[in-house]
Amino acid sequence: MEGVVKIKNIYTRLMYKIHLKLPHHKNAAEVRTKKMDLPAHVIVGMSHGIGAPCIPVVSVGDRVKTGQLIADSDAFVSAPIYSGVTGKVTAEKEIMGLNGRLNKSLVIETENNQIFDENITPPKVTNRDDFIKAIRKSGLVGLGGAGFPSHVKIGYDPEKYKIDTLIINAAECEPYITTDYCEMLEKGDDIIKGIKLIMQYCEIPKAVIAIEKSNPNAVRHMKELTETEKDINVWKLKTEFPQGAEKVLIYSITGRVVEEGELPLSVGCLIVNVSSAAFISRYMETGIPLISRRITVDGNIVNKPSNIIVPIGTPLSELMKKIDLRLQPDRIIFGGPMMGHSVFDPDTPISKTTGAVLFFKDMPRHKMTACIRCGKCIRVCSMRLLPTELEKAYDMRDLKRLVRLSVNSCMECGSCSYICPAKRNMAEKNRLSKELLRDNQEINKK
Amino acid sequence: MNKLIVENSPHIRSKHTTDKIMARVLIALSPALIMSVYLFGLRAFALSVICVLSCMVFEILYRRFIKKDKEIDLSPAVTGLLLAFCLPVTFPFYMAVIGCFIAIIIVKQFFGGLGQNFANPAVTARIVLFISFTSESTYYVNAFHHKEAVTDITTGATPLISGATPLALEAGEEIPDLIQLLLGRHSGMLGETCALALIIGFVYMVMTRVIRPVIPLAYVGTVALGAFLAGENVLLHVLGGGLILGAVFMATDYATTPVSIQGKFVFGVGCGLITLVIRFYSDMPEGVSFAILIMNILTFYIDRFTTPRAFGYKKPAPKEVKQNGKS
Repeated sequence: MEGVVKIKNIYTRLMYKIHLKLPHHKNAAEVRTKKMDLPAHVIVGMSHGIGAPCIPVVSVGDRVKTGQLIADSDAFVSAPIYSGVTGKVTAEKEIMGLNGRLNKSLVIETENNQIFDENITPPKVTNRDDFIKAIRKSGLVGLGGAGFPSHVKIGYDPEKYKIDTLIINAAECEPYITTDYCEMLEKGDDIIKGIKLIMQYCEIPKAVIAIEKSNPNAVRHMKELTETEKDINVWKLKTEFPQGAEKVLIYSITGRVVEEGELPLSVGCLIVNVSSAAFISRYMETGIPLISRRITVDGNIVNKPSNIIVPIGTPLSELMKKIDLRLQPDRIIFGGPMMGHSVFDPDTPISKTTGAVLFFKDMPRHKMTACIRCGKCIRVCSMRLLPTELEKAYDMRDLKRLVRLSVNSCMECGSCSYICPAKRNMAEKNRLSKELLRDNQEINKK
Repeated sequence: MNKLIVENSPHIRSKHTTDKIMARVLIALSPALIMSVYLFGLRAFALSVICVLSCMVFEILYRRFIKKDKEIDLSPAVTGLLLAFCLPVTFPFYMAVIGCFIAIIIVKQFFGGLGQNFANPAVTARIVLFISFTSESTYYVNAFHHKEAVTDITTGATPLISGATPLALEAGEEIPDLIQLLLGRHSGMLGETCALALIIGFVYMVMTRVIRPVIPLAYVGTVALGAFLAGENVLLHVLGGGLILGAVFMATDYATTPVSIQGKFVFGVGCGLITLVIRFYSDMPEGVSFAILIMNILTFYIDRFTTPRAFGYKKPAPKEVKQNGKS
């Protein structure tokens, strides 16, 4: 029986290799991180990534200090929000978020003298519950991009799931983004400490730091740091997209397959982003909550690609004042070019999940032509879906076929749209399909 | 701030375009075209040009007629060149134009144009021509006939030497050897005789990732195995007829073959089996185009039964299915 499974595994590996190789453009990789000068004002949204939006605990006219709690929520899947600057709350307004929903936001005018909130003290942690509570209090959400509150992820039910591997996600497979890479080179010790903390409190026997092969410096550095650690390994990943996606990552490292609709926990893996791990150790030492983050600034009209630390809530207009651009951009992207969002409002603030701000001008625009059924989209889909068939099924609103073709497995990585010679927007169609299925489920329930 | 472009991700796109793919197919076909001119004379080139041009013209005219946008790609050129490749060099030009009309207008555009046709236009047009003009289209012209023709005209003998395809050779006749078969120095259609040029095209297309090698290998492999088991001359079966041209360029047409790799394998094996049956049991010496057409029609069903399961696909629990059925 085991032999059969082995042959089947070899067969699937041969049949479905991820083939997509992207241009890297990691121009900012060897530029060390700088701290940005304070913006004149910040706009802090109440919703960062996945989870319930928070409710402000300060009102217009209040003075807030750096690191002071400004919004919290009773919901479980939600993380509190802290002010990144010292200043005065001047307005409360609604801003169109990147997901298209209106997002209530607080505008804070910064003052000249910046003071840290006096309540900031390192948390006292003795057991797992304290640890989870401290993580929730830090306001941490997954810094890789999806923004799932970390206390929910790390605070899994130990009765239900037996975790044997902690995977530290440092794949950073998107082009341009170099924040995790810089974290590894600059704050390597913090990462190791963070990993040890998670392993200690969650009782996970071993940890793997997964880094793409194309970052040999990071691999070498992390190997040096983990030389004395028996339980922490560094794993070199093939440079392929989307290597950093949870299910792909688990398959690459352990060969385990996460079933549709299941969490990575179900196969005994806990995945934490490398910057999140480093933040946890820093928080446990200093007690400074998540008030700033590192972003990569790059693009084809940026003179000096760089990594900078900005307060969370820095609006795009303030950021652009500090950046040396050759020309007026005609396309600004928050996040990576594969999964990021186009920005149209200069007020759009940097949230906890923004890893990069990219400025482009005169990117080639392509005309959509007829599908020639070349099957390239099928070859690059790491979830082994049939994007071309899904597109047709969506156009016919064929819900049954959409379910049969497992459209909900799609993680919207955009590989299919990227590779398509007819330039069809298949990733977009998949998003719409998922939305359509969700709407119909709600209708059916009613 | 000035105007910003807002688009759904991904914001970068690959350099692949449909035109590039079609141009690569044309490049892959060019060695065979050069060899056909060398083997059959300049008329081969004239016939190819006429087919390519008339296919392009028909495409433009039809697009004008139905008021589609006027930009056209290189795909009609591929169809035209492929059609020319499976015609004999002596084929009348006007009949070739009729073939192009069938390929572009009837087989391709009537079913929705690029990517929507269920049968390969070149293959179908060749079959229609074969049935309509049987004598003209089964003229298996010997290679280098044009050079002999010059001497023949002076002596007043018939300028053309029509032979049979090597597959239809009677027992006792001389069988061409491997080198001859590879270089195409035997009788046959325009582009199909020089197997070496076609194999170069195949390697080029696989290297540039235009096609996956699954269908050609499965197809040729099946035919070779079948011929071997039946005790026939394997080399002759593989290199003698139109198999290589069909397997490399026609059976790999995107629109009319299954999309998944398993489906492609089934398609290739199916083509091979049908070709063998036709070659062994029917009166026709050739079976490649019919095999491809039949499998084109079956593609829909192959696609249906070989749909790969998604990564981590979970079978719905039987209870849930019942509940859904009730509601």
